[in-house]
Amino acid sequence: MSNPTYTFIFYLFAAITVFSAAFVVFTRNVIYSAFSLLFTFFGVAALYVFLSADFIAVTQVVVYVGGILVLLLFGVMFTNSIMQTGQKSEVTLIIPGTLLLAGMIGALLYTFYTTHGWMPSETTLQGSIVERIGFETMSRYVLPFEMVSILLLAALIGAAFLARFDKSGK
Amino acid sequence: MEQLTTIGLNHYLTISAILLSLGLFAVMTRKNAIVVLMGVELILNAANINFLAFSKYNGGMEGVMFALFVIVIAAAEAAIALAIVINIFKIFKSVDVSSIDSMKE
Repeated sequence: MSNPTYTFIFYLFAAITVFSAAFVVFTRNVIYSAFSLLFTFFGVAALYVFLSADFIAVTQVVVYVGGILVLLLFGVMFTNSIMQTGQKSEVTLIIPGTLLLAGMIGALLYTFYTTHGWMPSETTLQGSIVERIGFETMSRYVLPFEMVSILLLAALIGAAFLARFDKSGK
Repeated sequence: MEQLTTIGLNHYLTISAILLSLGLFAVMTRKNAIVVLMGVELILNAANINFLAFSKYNGGMEGVMFALFVIVIAAAEAAIALAIVINIFKIFKSVDVSSIDSMKE
C-alpha cells in the first residue's frame, strides 16, 4: 500500500476532512459552518472508500449530504431571520473548551502512537463488500435491521408531528 | 518516514481522534443549538471512521454493519433534534442553549 499516488490522495482527503471540520467548529457564522460541514462529509465518505467500504460511502453521501445537511440548513434558516446578515453563534466556555480539545487530541494520539498493540489480521477487507453486507443484513443482523427500520419510521413520524404548525392560534 | 507513507490503522485513528475532539469542542463552546448538533454529527462520523478502520484491518464485517446502523440512528437523531429546536424557537424566540432554562412556557 506504499504507492505514492495512493498516499498522496489519502493525505489530500484527510486534509480536506480535518480542515473543513476545524472550519465548522471555529467559524462564527452558522451558514458557513453548515456549508463547511458538506466538505467534511464528502471527505469522510472518501476515507470510507479507502477503507474498502464503498457502500457505506455512498450511504454517507445520500443520508448525510442529502438528508441531514439539508435538515440542518432548514434548521438554520427557520431559526434565523434570512434578512439578518450576521448570524453569529455566541461562544461560551472557550478556555475549558480549548483545553479539552488539546488534551483530548494529545491523549488519544499519545496512546495510539506509544502502544504498539495493533495486530492487523492477514485477511483484511479487500474490494467491494456490497454482497457481503447483503448477506449479513439478511442473516446475522436481520433483527437489528428490522428494529432500526421501525425506529426510523417512529422517529420520522414523531419529528413531523413535533415540528408541524399549531392548528389553533396564529 | 515509513510510518508516514504507508497508510495504516494509526492514520485513520488520528483523523478520527481529531474529528472527535473538534466535535466535543463545538458541543462544549457553542451556544447556537444547531452548531451543537453539527458537533454531534462530527462525533458520530469520527466513531464511524473508527468502526470501519477496525473492521478493515480485522477482516470482519461487524464494524461495517455497525457503521450502517450508526448512520440510520444519526438520521433519526437529526430529524428529532431539529423538530425540538424548531419548537424551542417558537416558544423562546431563540436557539441559544444557555438561555433556555425553563421546562414550561
